[in-house]
This record gives sequence, structure tokens and C-alpha cells, in this order.
Amino acid sequence: MNDSHYCPHTPEEIREMLSVIGVASVEELFSAIPAGLRAKTFNLPPGLSEFETLDTMKAIAADNSACLTSFVGGGYYDHLIPAAVDHLSGRAEFYTAYTPYQPECSQGTLQALFEYQTAICRLTGMDVSNASLYDGGTACAEAVMMALRVTGRNRVIVDGCLNPFSRQVLKTYLYNLDVEVVEIAPLDGTLNRAELAGLLDQSVAAVLVQNPNFFGCIEDFSVLAQQVHAVDALLIASVYPISLGLLVTPGEMGVDITVGDGQSLGNPLSFGGPSFGFIAAKKAYIRNMPGRIIGETVDKQGRRGFVLTLQAREQHIKRHKATSNICSNQGLCALRGLIFLSSIGRQGLVELARLNRDKAEYAKAQLAGIPGVTVLQSAATFNEFTIFLPKAADGVVMELLKKGIMAGVPLGQYYQGSENCLVLTVTEKRSKKEIDRLVRELEVALCN
Amino acid sequence: MQLIYEQSVAGRRGVRLPVSDVPAATALPDNLLRREPAALAEVSELDLVRHFTNLSRRNYSLDTNFYPLGSCTMKYNAKALENAAGLFSSFHPMTALLPGGAEFCQGSLGLLYDLGQMLADITGMDEVTTQPLAGAHGEMTGILLIAAYHAAKGNKAKKKYVVVPDSSHGTNPASAAIAGYEVITVPTAPYGDMDIELFKKAMNDEVAAVMMTCPNTLGLFNPHIQEISDIAHGHDALMYYDGANLNAIMGKVKPGDVGFDVIHVNLHKTFGTPHGGGGPGAGPVGVKKALIPFLPQPRIVMDDDGQFLLEDHNPGSIGRTANFFGNFGVMAKAYAYIIMLGREGLIRVSEQAVLNANYIKERLKAYYDLPYDTTCMHECVFSAGKQLEHGVHAIDIAKFLIDKGYHPPTVYFPLIVKEAIMIEPTETESKATLDAFIEVMIEAALAAQTNPQQLLDAPLTTPVGRLDETKAAREQNVCCIG
Amino acid sequence: MAEMFFTKEHEWVKVKEGIGAIGISDHAAHELGDITFVELPKIGKTVKQFEVLAAIESVKAASDIFSPLSGTVVKINQALEDAPEIVNESAEDAGWMVWIEITDESELKNLMTQEQYSDYLKTL
Ligand SMILES: Cc1ncc(COP(=O)(O)O)c(C=O)c1O
Repeated sequence: MNDSHYCPHTPEEIREMLSVIGVASVEELFSAIPAGLRAKTFNLPPGLSEFETLDTMKAIAADNSACLTSFVGGGYYDHLIPAAVDHLSGRAEFYTAYTPYQPECSQGTLQALFEYQTAICRLTGMDVSNASLYDGGTACAEAVMMALRVTGRNRVIVDGCLNPFSRQVLKTYLYNLDVEVVEIAPLDGTLNRAELAGLLDQSVAAVLVQNPNFFGCIEDFSVLAQQVHAVDALLIASVYPISLGLLVTPGEMGVDITVGDGQSLGNPLSFGGPSFGFIAAKKAYIRNMPGRIIGETVDKQGRRGFVLTLQAREQHIKRHKATSNICSNQGLCALRGLIFLSSIGRQGLVELARLNRDKAEYAKAQLAGIPGVTVLQSAATFNEFTIFLPKAADGVVMELLKKGIMAGVPLGQYYQGSENCLVLTVTEKRSKKEIDRLVRELEVALCN
Repeated sequence: MQLIYEQSVAGRRGVRLPVSDVPAATALPDNLLRREPAALAEVSELDLVRHFTNLSRRNYSLDTNFYPLGSCTMKYNAKALENAAGLFSSFHPMTALLPGGAEFCQGSLGLLYDLGQMLADITGMDEVTTQPLAGAHGEMTGILLIAAYHAAKGNKAKKKYVVVPDSSHGTNPASAAIAGYEVITVPTAPYGDMDIELFKKAMNDEVAAVMMTCPNTLGLFNPHIQEISDIAHGHDALMYYDGANLNAIMGKVKPGDVGFDVIHVNLHKTFGTPHGGGGPGAGPVGVKKALIPFLPQPRIVMDDDGQFLLEDHNPGSIGRTANFFGNFGVMAKAYAYIIMLGREGLIRVSEQAVLNANYIKERLKAYYDLPYDTTCMHECVFSAGKQLEHGVHAIDIAKFLIDKGYHPPTVYFPLIVKEAIMIEPTETESKATLDAFIEVMIEAALAAQTNPQQLLDAPLTTPVGRLDETKAAREQNVCCIG
Repeated sequence: MAEMFFTKEHEWVKVKEGIGAIGISDHAAHELGDITFVELPKIGKTVKQFEVLAAIESVKAASDIFSPLSGTVVKINQALEDAPEIVNESAEDAGWMVWIEITDESELKNLMTQEQYSDYLKTL
């Protein structure tokens, strides 16, 4: 009985309980399952102690290479995480609670998520935020679904500069719906505005763009917002929250729905999850938002408190007519995002963003000095940028992996004809020394 | 309690950043810059720590209170699982997607692969994708897989409906609708299962799938499940299993053996990973052979040398349901949970979860209406019908329980039971805890008769009393202005 | 006073000179609880009898409002947008939602009179 610590009854207690129930054995409780349907095999290995379990887990983790220096992003970024984030989000009262259905005994989660919604609104310049979605890609899809509902139209234009994984997630969400997705091929790593202008008409529900985009380019979408609004469509922007320490906000540009992945806000890389998706919108669209929303209110004595609000949008009430099927979200990761933003603070986020850009600009300049390497110059960049190599990027990346460096994301598998392009990410965690080493090793790899 | 923003003092900060070791870059053009920094909180580290520590104390949680929230499987979350997940926190998912990169993350890929194998064994499926990020996300993924299956047979236009019982969780019809189907709802019969005659009537060749959970949300195992599967398959409709209630049947019956073709499992329910106050969970999806060609990409496969690779060139795939490989951290915890409990442990989990639910059901049925009075599985559903005669609703009983230090059961779900009180104790609670809870439930039932006002006034012990939800919905203050 | 007719879904209509004023019954408003939102149609929308005309939400419920008669929306009760509570306070008067220009008054035969509706409520 090596697992009795998770199933605490003694044999004596089990006997007592069975006699209260009035059955002779536990097995009798399963008599509703017809004998013919019973499991014939069950092949899992025998259980382990927690110590053996952790040894096994360590052995598995050891099969990963722990010492790669990363210059890759692709939507997930290696940023500093203040110690307080782990410790505070690791309070059992937060992480072992369920969704805050009973507000009186869930004010901790509810107030924290209200503060989170506030942080997202202030960061993005939008009016209203929900309490999180699954991730950046699904947030793009939810935003598009929202725009389809708001406009009653069924055509969406997607900038090809949007993260290719998010584009795939969007297409999967729309897989069995009667919705047309038009993808615009990038022009020098930026939105092809002429092509877009030709496509914009009253049939379009939404235009979906990303800032900075997958190539790292920063764009001003203010004029685009006006053009999109002129045909009564919605502009959706996916953004990288750390960049908003510096960059013009979606709200300032006139974006209608802002989404993104919150991993960079205090969530570890963790091989791709969990992080959280955020979604924020203009107030007019609040009833079409997906997922949980926390609202402020008072109790009978006038004390401020927080509740899940506008629940009539959600699946547990509206069922097949709900604005989304989401139930569990990524609340704890959103809490981490809030603690991160509150720790780093107003001025700290500006400095952090600057630090990222400074490092990336330094790396960019150094790389540009390598013979045969050129930098994509079509737009300003934040902490990611694209370079052209004199040969296929795939092989170069493989070479550098052997040296312990993840040199960047080769674009060939995402954009035809971009086999020589490499997107690099340089966060505040990369030292000058690491950047210099990347430059040296890349130069060597290009000589081979 | 003050909001963190109300404690802000200009210039204060909670963490110091490293000094730059590179020259400052030239500034960006004005039109690309935000006009003002975001008005984030400005607090010291200690203020930050006090704020969130004090906030946390305003929560009931599994570690502090019994939490018998029906349908949510609030079992104890072993601490070792947190340590296990921490071992993987620094690995970048792009590593696996770089050319030649898989070699550098064999541990992570192998973990996902093995977890898929173990879940396939537990559920009786042939292959599992770990991409879906929660139960509902798994449902949508699963229904899209079914759509792809029908499309491949040339039946895309013909298949229009998904059938669900009226006891189903809201995510089931919502997921079916998002995946492009119309929903047909079949009523529950007096015996507590989907009415089989009405089900037969609802079925036709235009039905793409039947979504069920078994045991259902009333906690009852449907003995006709094989017959239902056979009828569905007779119309070339596939059977979808909502795995939210898998905790009742591990090692006893495998959904794949009784005709289900697709299943999601909620790792944050059955497999002991914490719920995080709303998430993250994970909703891996298992399928039968016929659906493997449509699984999301990239698929993790093992080659002849035991190396794990990503396969990304399958034209039949529904694509991607998440940007990377799913909520890896949650899966690392579930993996540790499964190997720690092992075969016998998981069987015992289901046995004692069912034992505990039946024990509560027997001891409380003299005090509360039990609309479906038969042996239940891992949860039991009462109605506060008797209490309503004294003007006491299920919600009032819930608030009374809060005053007594218990997180309330699920109330008002399933929708088909008036004044529903849905109790799921899980296997990790001791008899002493169950007995104490039962006593308080009895106390509530008696108070409903003798002193209903006490219930209507509850809770009195919490930082706030009952909140004005109408005001919240009408005013929509969802973000702090200023 | 124009006579009121009711649907089984608890909508009412008052007919006067080819125009039908539509709302929900006191009974329905009470059942829904505190109403938090009324989604009104656009002027000019045409509906058939018993088709969805509007929608209404309370804290814990959402329901569609079906048109008692076929017609074209000519006026909506804008006051409800900011003050949905009017429906709770006066469902069968100030809480009217929509005026339609009626296409076919003979459809009234498919509705219940006040008296029939009262009897119907007793059966629920
Ligand atoms: C029966 C049932 N199905 C589906 C779900 C949805 O799962 P998730 O919250 O992981 O999306 C739940 C969760 O509450 C459930 O209880």
C-alpha cells in the first residue's frame, strides 16, 4: 500500500463506510458497469515513492541540453523573472484554488485578476480586458471569432507577418466554419499595405496584424486603423507585452481588439507552456468578449468586492450560443503576469524594454559587420530582427547548435524563398559576451 | 483591501534591473513610441509581497479548506509535482522546431510521448495529442478531428449535428458550436441517464458526433453506453468522451473499449495538477486509429532508434490547436503523478473516490432530496428542494458552508436538477474530514427548518458579504480607472 | 387601452392601428431576476412570427425574445440600453422593447388572450 498517503483510509475505515452504504465491497459500487465492458488490460508500471519519482523526472530532464545560449523567440521569450513572482504565485491559497465561483471566499483571486485586467488595459491602452485566455495563438483566434460576431461578416484578412504558429491556430479554429481567411504575403518583412487596401471592403470582418511582427519589424498601424474602420471592420493587433514599455500602444493606434501571449510577463519558458493569452478591447465590444471577466461591486454593507461578471456570455449559461467555449483559463499565469508587472513597475518596464532594444541593436550592428551578412532594413525593430546570410540558414543553425548556441529561427520553413533568412532575438538576459560569441561563431560557420 | 495601484508611490520599484553592458541604441521615431509609460504599480518589494500574501489569504483553497466542488475533482495536489515541473522550466519550445533541434530536447519530447502512451492505456485509445490547453480546448480539438474524419469521407456537407444530453457541461455544446455544428439536446430520463428512446429518435445520418461523459454529470454510469455507441456508429456518428469524470473509472473501464472514438482528459482534475485559481489545466486528446491521420501537428513520433522526432508534413491534419506542444509544465506534473501512483494507485484512486461519494450520499440523503437515488460513482447530486420550502436556496446553503470553513459544492449544475448541490469529495480526503463536512451539511438542513434567516444572512465570516452581482453586470467596472 | 396578447414564451404584444408594441410579461421579468441587458434589434429588421427579435440577460440567465407577430421593426425603446431595470419595474408598460409594423394581424389567432395566459401560467 505504497500510495496510502494520497488515499488515506485505513481498512477499518473502509469497512465502516461500506457498512453505512450497505454494500459488502468497494467492487460492488462499480456494479453499474456491465461485466462485459470492464477493462481487460491496464499496463501501467507499479507506483513509486516521491523520491524515486523525482529521480526519474531528473533523468528525463537530463536528456535535454541545459546549456544552450538562446537567440530564439518565435513568440516565447527568455526574460528575467523576479524571485517574488515564483514565491507569491506559489502560495497554495492561489495555486490550489479553483475558478472563483464563490466570490466571498475567493476575493484573493478575484481582486488579483481585477488588478491584472487593469494592468493589461494600461499596458495596451485598451478599455476592457478579460481574465486571460489559453495562449497567444488561441487569443488571435478568439479575437477573430469576436470580430465575426460583432460584424456578422465572414471574411478575415491576416497579415502574413503574423506569427506562423498563430496563423495555423487561427486556421484550425476556423477549419469547419464558413469563414474565408485571406493571407497577405509579407513585403520586405512588413505588411503589404497596397495589397491590403485592394482587399478592404464591406465584406471584411477584421484585419489581423502583429506588432512587432514575426520578422521583428515595428509598424505604425494608425492609418491602417482608419482604413479598416472606413469599411466598418475591426482591426486586431497581436502584441508583445514587453515591447509596450516603449512602443506606441494598440489603443493609441486605434486598434479595436488587442491580443498577445503573456509568457514574457513572468512565466518561464517551460517548453512552451503554460503561459497565458490576453485579450483587451474597446468597451463597446465587452459583451462579445470570450472567457471570464472580473467586475467590481459592493456587498450589502457597501464594502468593495469583486465577482465574475457578464457571465451570461459564457458557456455555462449560454451553452451553444456562448461567446466562447473556454472554461478553465490560465489564471495562475495571468497572476504571475500581474506580479511581474507590479514588481517591475511603471519606470522599470520602460527600462526593461530599452535594455532589450539596446542589446538587440548592438547584436544587429555586430552581425552586420560579418562579410556577406546583411540586415533587413525595411523597418525599425525592437528585440528581434532579421538577417540575410550568404547561405541557407538551416545548416548554419545546425552548426551553431553544436556549439551550444541557438542562433535564431530560420525563416525557410515558414516563408518560401526565405531560406537564407534568420530571425534573431536578443533579450536583456543576453550579455555582450554572449552576443560577441554568437557573432564569432556565426562568422566561423559562414566560412565553412 | 486596497488595490495595488492605490498603494503606488511615484518612483518606487519592486526590483532592480541589471546595468546594460552595451551602448544605448538611437531612439525610435516618435510615431512608434508610446506617449506615456504604462501606469503600472510602483511599490517596493516588501509592499508587493505583503499585498499578494494578504490577497492570497482571502481565498479558500484546497490546501486550506475541504473543497468538494462537483465536476472539478479537487483532489490534493502532491507537492512533489511542483518540483517535477520545475526541472523543465528553462527549456525553450523553439529548440524542438529548429533544424536538428529535436536532438537537444529529447527529454521534453520523450516525456510528452510517454505521457501520451500512458494516457492511451488508461483511456483505451490508440494515440494522444498533448496540444490542447484545457478540457474545453480538447473538446473543440476532438470535434474538429471528427469533422476532418467526415470530410475525408466526403461527408462534410452532410454532417451537421452534434448530439449532447441535457445533463452535459456547457462546454460540450459550446465546443460543438465553435467547431461548426448545430447542437441537438436529448433529455435525461427519470432513471438519470440520457433517454435512450429519445436518443434513438434524435439520431440520423446527419449527426457527426455524440458527446457524452460517463459517468455523467449526475455521477451515474450509463449501463447502456455500448448500445448508445452502436447506434451512433450505425449512423456513422463518432462518440466523443468528455474526460472530466475519468476519476471514477481508472482501471475499471476504458472509454475506448465501450465505443468511444475520441476523448479529452483534464489533467488538472484526474491527474492531480493544481487548478491555479482558474487554470492552467491541460486537455490532451486521445483518438482511435481511424482519426490518427487528422491529429494536430507537429506530432511527436519515435523512430526505430528510440529517438523522438517531430512530424510536421501530414496534409490531413487539422493543423495546430496551440502555438507549441500544450501546457508542458502541467504535463510534467501529470506525468510525475501517474508514475508515482502507478497501476494499483490509480485503481485505488477511482475506488476510493467512488467510496467517498457514496458514503456522503448515504449519510445525507435523509436530509436532502436525492433526485436520482442509486449507487453513484465519484460524485453525487442532491437538490435543495426540501429546504426551498423554507425559503432556503442551494446558494444559501453554499454560503452557510463558507462560514463553517468549507468551500461549497457546485450549485445549480447540472442544470436539469433544480437547486442542485453537486458534491465530489475525491479520494484524497480522510473519513474524518468527510464526517465533519457531513455534520455541517446536516446542520445546514436543520437550520433551514428552524432558523432559515441564519442561512440567508451567511456568510458573515468572510472579508466581504454577498456581493451585488447585478450592479457589477450593469456598471461593468472591469478595470481600475486612474 | 389596446388588448394584450401573449406567447407561450412569455412575450406580449399590444396592437393599435397596425402597430404592435412588444415586451415580456411580468411573470417572465420576475423569473429572470434582475435584468442587466436588453439587446434590441435594428430599426428596419423584419421578423416572422415566433422568430428571434431581441435578447435579454440577467446575472445568471440569458434568453431570446421571440416576436409574437410578423412585421418590421419601426421603433425601439432606447431607454432600456442604459436602464434595463425598467423591464423589472414595469415589464408590461414602460418596459416595452420594440414596435413593429404588423404584416399579418390574423396571426393573432396563434396567441393567447390575457385570460388564457393567466390560465397557462397556472399550469407551469
Ligand atoms: C463535465 C465537464 N466537462 C468539461 C469541463 C471543461 O473543462 P476545462 O475547464 O478544463 O476546460 C468541465 C470543467 O469544469 C467539466 O466539469
